[in-house]
Amino acid sequence: MDDLLDQYDLVLQAFWLTIQLSVLSGLCSLVFGTLLAALRVGPISVLRAAGTTYVALVRNTPLLLVFVFVFIAAPNLGWFVGTPFLVKGVIAMSVYTSAFVCEAVRSGVNAVSVGQAEAARAIGLTFTQTMGSVVLPQAFRAVVPPLASVLIAMTKNTSIAAVFGLMELTGRMRYFTNNSADDTVIFLVFAAFYIVLVELISAGAIGLERRWRAAR
Amino acid sequence: MTAATTPETGTETVVALAGVDKWFGPLHVLQGIDLTVHRGEVVVVIGPSGSGKSTLCRAINRLETIDNGSITLEGRPLPQEGKELARLRSDVGMVFQSFNLFAHKTVLENVTLGPIKVRGTKRTDAEKRARELLDRVGVGQQAAKYPAQLSGGQQQRVAIARALAMDPTLMLFDEPTSALDPEMIKEVLDVMVDLARGGMTMIVVTHEMGFARTAADRVVFMSDGAIVEESTPDDFFTNPRSERAQDFLGKILKH
Repeated sequence: MDDLLDQYDLVLQAFWLTIQLSVLSGLCSLVFGTLLAALRVGPISVLRAAGTTYVALVRNTPLLLVFVFVFIAAPNLGWFVGTPFLVKGVIAMSVYTSAFVCEAVRSGVNAVSVGQAEAARAIGLTFTQTMGSVVLPQAFRAVVPPLASVLIAMTKNTSIAAVFGLMELTGRMRYFTNNSADDTVIFLVFAAFYIVLVELISAGAIGLERRWRAAR
Repeated sequence: MTAATTPETGTETVVALAGVDKWFGPLHVLQGIDLTVHRGEVVVVIGPSGSGKSTLCRAINRLETIDNGSITLEGRPLPQEGKELARLRSDVGMVFQSFNLFAHKTVLENVTLGPIKVRGTKRTDAEKRARELLDRVGVGQQAAKYPAQLSGGQQQRVAIARALAMDPTLMLFDEPTSALDPEMIKEVLDVMVDLARGGMTMIVVTHEMGFARTAADRVVFMSDGAIVEESTPDDFFTNPRSERAQDFLGKILKH
């Protein structure tokens, strides 16, 4: 415990890095995952197939392998050479998580009655406008709980980044446990940081659900 | 005929269907449909369930595709899915059996969405016009509410206002009162009769024979995917020619 207190700045830096990884990956995954979902329910068969393939490929790959690809294989191919570690971490997290976001959003799209899209098309909205103004807003309302689960899993998955030299919470935890006999306390302290983040996501989800339930 | 039919029912063709066929798998749901609707005309399509009335109605703004034949709107054939079709649909108002108001938008937003997104109307102008239309169909007080807070009859009147906001050249009604309680049917039919009197070109799929009698210029009777009989409401109800129509009317006009 003394180690943690003496070097509290390292602990806070690690917490900040985990927050950055989570927030940036979360935003990228939500945007990209939603686009993927739109492709998968869209009218163009080539794009539908592309979306389906992406999800199949990425969802069936362990996150660790995605990280290996972005951090090791890709630079060998000449990609992401010299890209900051944080950015590479966000790319790996987002590539992986957006497949799950896509499927959650798609289940929401399927939950919106066909009549809603028909009514939108009947007043002359294009496919993009129908998705953007009518279908997706309702789909999101329906999938707040599963999306929250996806984002919570993603937040905890950021710990994989420790393997690739990002000193986020888990990386920093290992630094402390390697140099201390006081393992249990260190574990508990770092676990608490994750719990804080996850609870923030849960609270946000509950808030959104409440607000959207009131508005209809 | 009644007052409903007098406003300049012209000779200008708004919709023309020629030899339209459609199959749902092995089921031949539209069989060689020929139908022409002129400007200002109110055509009521009746017939037993499963006779293809709704499919016909939905085919006209291409919510259903057809397998054979042609459909033209104001002389232009229906385009493929895409921007041009969207533009064409914006000129055709559609009212659904299940209302289909946008559940996450207020009544006012439901009516202004099309004008703002499709026509590029300024929000303030769109809202002013939407309030006029909502007043006209008698739900002006409900503008700030969400669809789920309204009765079925109110929702359907909002749906009519939403369609009217696009200044359509043609209105399609797909069994607009079939999901409503009896006392709400009248409030919706009153709005539709007003529209008909105002000279709107309308195709109405309905089971409301009273509406057909008072507002229709022409009754189209469908059975098993084909148009069996086409005549004035007076003729049709007092003197149906086909056996199918006699049978159908015998069943529904008994009580």
